[in-house]
Amino acid sequence: MSEFTTDGSGLKTQDYFINMGPQHPSTHGVLRLVLELDGEIIKKVIPHIGYIHRSIEKMCEHDSYRQIVHLTDRMDYLSSHINNEGVCLLVENALGLEVSDRVKVIRTIFAELTRLASHQLWWGVMGMDMGALTSFLYAFRDREMINDIFEETCGARLTMNYSVPGGVMFDLHPNFVKDVKAFLKHFKTKLPEYDKLLSDNIIFRERTEGVGYLSKEDAINYAITGPMARASGVSNDIRKHKPYSAYDRVEFKEIVSDKGDTFARYHVRILEMWESMRIIDQLIDTIPEGEIQVKTKAVIKLPKGEYFQSVETARGELGIYCVSDGGKSPYRFKFRSPGFSNLMVLDHMSQGSKLGDLVAMMSTIDIVVPDIDR
Amino acid sequence: MIMGSNIFDFSTVTGPFHEWLLENMSPGLTMTIEWSIIGLTLILFAAISVMALVYMERKVAAFFQLRLGPMRVGPWGLFQVVADFLKLLMKEHIMNKTADKFLFNLAPFIIVIAAFLGLGTIPYALGMHIFDINIGIFFITSVSSIGVLGILLGGWAANNKYSLIGALRSGAQVVSYELSVTLSLLAIVVFTGTLQLSEIVESQADGWWIFKGHIVAWISFIIYLIAGTAETNRGPFDLAEAESELTAGFHTEYSGIKFAMFFLAEYVNLFIIAAIGATMFLGGWMPLHIGFEGFDNVMDYIPSIFWFFGKTFFIILIIMWFKWTFPRLRIDQILILEWKYLLPINLVNLLIAALVVLNGWHF
Amino acid sequence: MDNEKLKSLIEGWEPTAEVTYEGIQHLTAVVAPEKLYALAEKLHGAKETQFDFLTCLSGVDYKEHMEVVYHLRCQENFSEMVLKAKIPSRTKPEVETVCTIWQAAEWHEREAYDLFGIVFLKHPDLRRILLDDDWVGYPLRKDYVDTVNIVSY
Repeated sequence: MSEFTTDGSGLKTQDYFINMGPQHPSTHGVLRLVLELDGEIIKKVIPHIGYIHRSIEKMCEHDSYRQIVHLTDRMDYLSSHINNEGVCLLVENALGLEVSDRVKVIRTIFAELTRLASHQLWWGVMGMDMGALTSFLYAFRDREMINDIFEETCGARLTMNYSVPGGVMFDLHPNFVKDVKAFLKHFKTKLPEYDKLLSDNIIFRERTEGVGYLSKEDAINYAITGPMARASGVSNDIRKHKPYSAYDRVEFKEIVSDKGDTFARYHVRILEMWESMRIIDQLIDTIPEGEIQVKTKAVIKLPKGEYFQSVETARGELGIYCVSDGGKSPYRFKFRSPGFSNLMVLDHMSQGSKLGDLVAMMSTIDIVVPDIDR
Repeated sequence: MIMGSNIFDFSTVTGPFHEWLLENMSPGLTMTIEWSIIGLTLILFAAISVMALVYMERKVAAFFQLRLGPMRVGPWGLFQVVADFLKLLMKEHIMNKTADKFLFNLAPFIIVIAAFLGLGTIPYALGMHIFDINIGIFFITSVSSIGVLGILLGGWAANNKYSLIGALRSGAQVVSYELSVTLSLLAIVVFTGTLQLSEIVESQADGWWIFKGHIVAWISFIIYLIAGTAETNRGPFDLAEAESELTAGFHTEYSGIKFAMFFLAEYVNLFIIAAIGATMFLGGWMPLHIGFEGFDNVMDYIPSIFWFFGKTFFIILIIMWFKWTFPRLRIDQILILEWKYLLPINLVNLLIAALVVLNGWHF
Repeated sequence: MDNEKLKSLIEGWEPTAEVTYEGIQHLTAVVAPEKLYALAEKLHGAKETQFDFLTCLSGVDYKEHMEVVYHLRCQENFSEMVLKAKIPSRTKPEVETVCTIWQAAEWHEREAYDLFGIVFLKHPDLRRILLDDDWVGYPLRKDYVDTVNIVSY
């Protein structure tokens, strides 16, 4: 606790500390923020993380590469497929495996569906954090359709493990194309409703516009990635700059806004949902025929060396750094998770704003605590 | 009664009963018996109406959110609320060790008492009026401001930081919006020239004030709805409990029956706000009269109590609609809305109301 | 900028740096820990390189020595390189913090301190980040033994 300080009027004042979390409705998991408040105004935010640290990096050092794929689901569970894909890409690139076009397209469609599902959940939770409780159930209605599509093909709804090094685990379900098209048709009519409910609401605009400003310089300096960086004018979409899977053959726009406030971060994600649908639209009709798995050895051993692979998850850039000594397990496996860097900027971003703004800002960071703690 | 030829007068039931009591007993005993009956009825009424409101809220919320709401306990989940209240009654009282014990226990009572005081002055139907004093509106606006004391005490005594922030927010908010509620009601008082609720209702026999009062009444009505929602601490003005920010705000530390009392008071307040709104702007128990005799007579055959509750629940529905649609405001925005927009508009509106009455421009 | 030019540039700034790029993914420059900060500052500030984005900072324990690996990126043209500080001492691994150059390093360095015990000198707030404050040992070191939480097989 800080000492009593005396301001000009001779009144003795003291900063007010609040523990927000580890159990709190809007920290979305077990994140603890120590807030230093002056009335309602935030002077400092000290995030305490690590409440669900499971030492995935240490576990990776004992596991085979196939097993590591399964661990990555449990980091950012909302972009689980994209995490899987990242590890698979790392292994494939290290081995020099060329997967078939079919796998590339399937992975891209799955990744975009995952991104859509993640953004939908984020939208619902964002509304709830702002006090509009209805958006949550609207988002879940639409997200349910995507989860059903996943379940049909790979049997899992959230932690999918669909990608394996060298391909995907199963072929697509016969209904897949039909269901995805039905979903797209449905969601294209529902996404404008999202705008009507929140984006065009005057209270929502007042709460988000001009709140939590993050400049382009700060976004780069703090290594912010994903929609959050793009809302500050940083063009860093891995899908554009270092295309992987089938992203080099589809046309999509990288949504960049230069406003940098909470509403910009919100709007970038909404527009990204449109782009994701556009990508799926381009691929869904022309899924090429081909093998779904390249034959790999039963025990994958990467050649001695160091590898780095980035993928664009729904939250930003997931970087995977792997040091291999030629054995069946990696020597060192490090995840550069997007949430970790993005959360760090919270203190900088929230200074001088109100308690209610902090909740809005945290929503637009789109915190997934297992992703931060790993 | 001026109109009301066909309207069922509830005093035809209570009148003879009163006389029969007087014939058989001393006036003092009569009064004691009558007041205990009224008190019991009021408590029972409050309990039932709160249950109805809770059930309604859950169903309304569910239909807004594409779900069914409670469906398992009883037909259409009707007994869900009973089950909830039984659960709350049986729960353990947990108190923070460092809490101010006396104030902590006192706060729920203050809130409930303030809420119940307001119930007494509402005209429910023709002749069904417990406490028809000539300063009715004044009385209601005064007692409803006592409730904020309970919130402040409860938030302070709990010795919880979230509670304290919630209580302070609530204090700032309720005290500010009290002004707008009162001023928007004043516009109608200017029209009627009385503070007595029964006379205000009777003045609407030839048309409700929302139709008679031109744009002035409309502006007052809208401001009243906004300010009334804010005064009852409901969404989008539910800053005092702001779940995503303050977990549960001023009642974070309350559990069991004490929490239930806050809950009860919230819904009673909602009912009062809606009932006063219905009485002042929509004619209270007065049926819809358009000056066409046949139509008016048919309307009169619908008992006045249905009119009253119909209008009240209509306003409640609107207020619930707000809650399940809008995001929450921020504390500074709430105060800006009140002091920079609602209050000046209200004052100008009051001035126009006075001009309208002075020149006899209203119907 | 191609690797050839970058290599000569780095060697010009820091003659002791070992720069390699053939047969590996990114150009890698290995320097001694005390030389790191000056080189990092140049890589970040110089017009030719402008590596303004610290993608990843990881510690690696090589049993005989330790390394801190910095993945750098230029936001302008997306060129990437790897900078490494090779720390000979395992008992007292120390390297100067780079969080005055890239703010992003602050938490990553705390993580490396937490899991590897690498001390970042002049770091503004060097505390454990993921583990409890009273945790004993540095789990990601190769010689870390934890009979309770780690099942070896």
